[in-house]
Amino acid sequence: MGVTTAADTIKEVTTPLSDADVESLKTGDRVRITGVVYTARDAAHGRLWPLIQKGQPLPIDVRGQIIYYTGPSPTRPGDVVGSIGPTTGSRMDTFTPALIQLGLKATMGKGARSQPVKDAFKRYKGVYLGAIGGAGAVLSRFVKRVEIVAYEDLGTEAIRRLEVEGFPAIVVNDCHGGDLYQDGVRAYAREET
Amino acid sequence: MRDVHVSAIVDAVKKLCIGANVELEPDMLRAFDRALTTERSPAGRQVLQILKDNAEMARTRRIPYCQDTGFVVCFVELGQDVHVTGGGLYDAINEGVRQGYREGYLRASIVRSPLDRVNTGDNTPAVIHVDVMPGAELKLAIMAKGGGCENRSKYTMLTPAAGLEGVKDFIIDCVKMAGPDACPPLILGVGVGGTFEKAALLSKKALFREVGSANPDLALDALEKELLARANRLGIGPQGYGGDTTSLGIHVLTYPCHITSLPVAVTIECHAHRHKEATL
Repeated sequence: MGVTTAADTIKEVTTPLSDADVESLKTGDRVRITGVVYTARDAAHGRLWPLIQKGQPLPIDVRGQIIYYTGPSPTRPGDVVGSIGPTTGSRMDTFTPALIQLGLKATMGKGARSQPVKDAFKRYKGVYLGAIGGAGAVLSRFVKRVEIVAYEDLGTEAIRRLEVEGFPAIVVNDCHGGDLYQDGVRAYAREET
Repeated sequence: MRDVHVSAIVDAVKKLCIGANVELEPDMLRAFDRALTTERSPAGRQVLQILKDNAEMARTRRIPYCQDTGFVVCFVELGQDVHVTGGGLYDAINEGVRQGYREGYLRASIVRSPLDRVNTGDNTPAVIHVDVMPGAELKLAIMAKGGGCENRSKYTMLTPAAGLEGVKDFIIDCVKMAGPDACPPLILGVGVGGTFEKAALLSKKALFREVGSANPDLALDALEKELLARANRLGIGPQGYGGDTTSLGIHVLTYPCHITSLPVAVTIECHAHRHKEATL
């Protein structure tokens, strides 16, 4: 449990996460995640949404957890999982603030998030992690175990419980208002010539 | 007339689908290497290196480069002296997709209707475009088109008064709007001219040209180079983490157009630029 800094300056993140863990993560930090991570993308969020709105229990306890926006490719015989890179986070923007309010501590995907999502990160202590989009083959190596825990009929979009070891990511939006995408453009944009 | 049996088409499409998804084409690997020599951002260089590693791991382990194994877009050049036997051309292409995606452990990402959104389970149907050409060959070019980048593709109808500068500004705005969401470094396919649908079709077709190659039209080649330099000054960089490599190639195709019109379509393609061709 928690966040520690390794000798190579990369932050070791072990789930579940507390508010203090989230506060210690800063935009631009490289992290390695170990522990349980849940997958959910468009269709699974679509099913969670009416439950959240009615205040009913969800099929997973999101408190302290990380939701990874991904739909893996089918698993080859003998492998743990197929290719498993992130999908675009903004498509989940509608649902994220409510999940963060329920105690979800992190979401992981790629691409920019909306202002309401960033505001929820500040208010309820949450963080958005960037995984490298399109690097699904490499990322599959950090997944040690996979189990479908809800909505199996959704196929690739089912909610899966992953056990990961050293899964690499970077902090995009921290709970202090930081945004890696904005910082990146500021640092590297060049004048029009 | 030359007979081509549908079984040859099924087999070719199956192999193209699997091949495209697990073996990134050499033009993209060379583009990553070129970018590594110019990228100033350490995070950007690291992303580029991981993308190279990812391509190698996908190839050796035969798992897809990206879990989004795409919508199959198939451009067919059908020689007018070819006689397809044993069934329908479209059915054969879809059967090839079905077999390729099942046998290759590729993800089924297509829903049967945009409204009820039930997955078809085998990644069919493909989007198929057929051009009838002189000759007796059947050429199949497929692309496994990712959804995240496709979602950032754009179309506009400019006025002739907006002119070339208007076209350039629209294309650069597309890169800015795509930002980190479409998995940069991007490839842009641009169609200028024709009608509404012709411009969009050209923008897809433009993506099939080898990345890093020159446009055979000198004026368009100069335009592409200018746009690429502008796109790479935006600072978005690999994965949007900041850097100099926002795009690896901008490919422009044009077509005559109406005196009132200046259509521009931009297909946004991510670095998982998966395409393969075969000739029967």
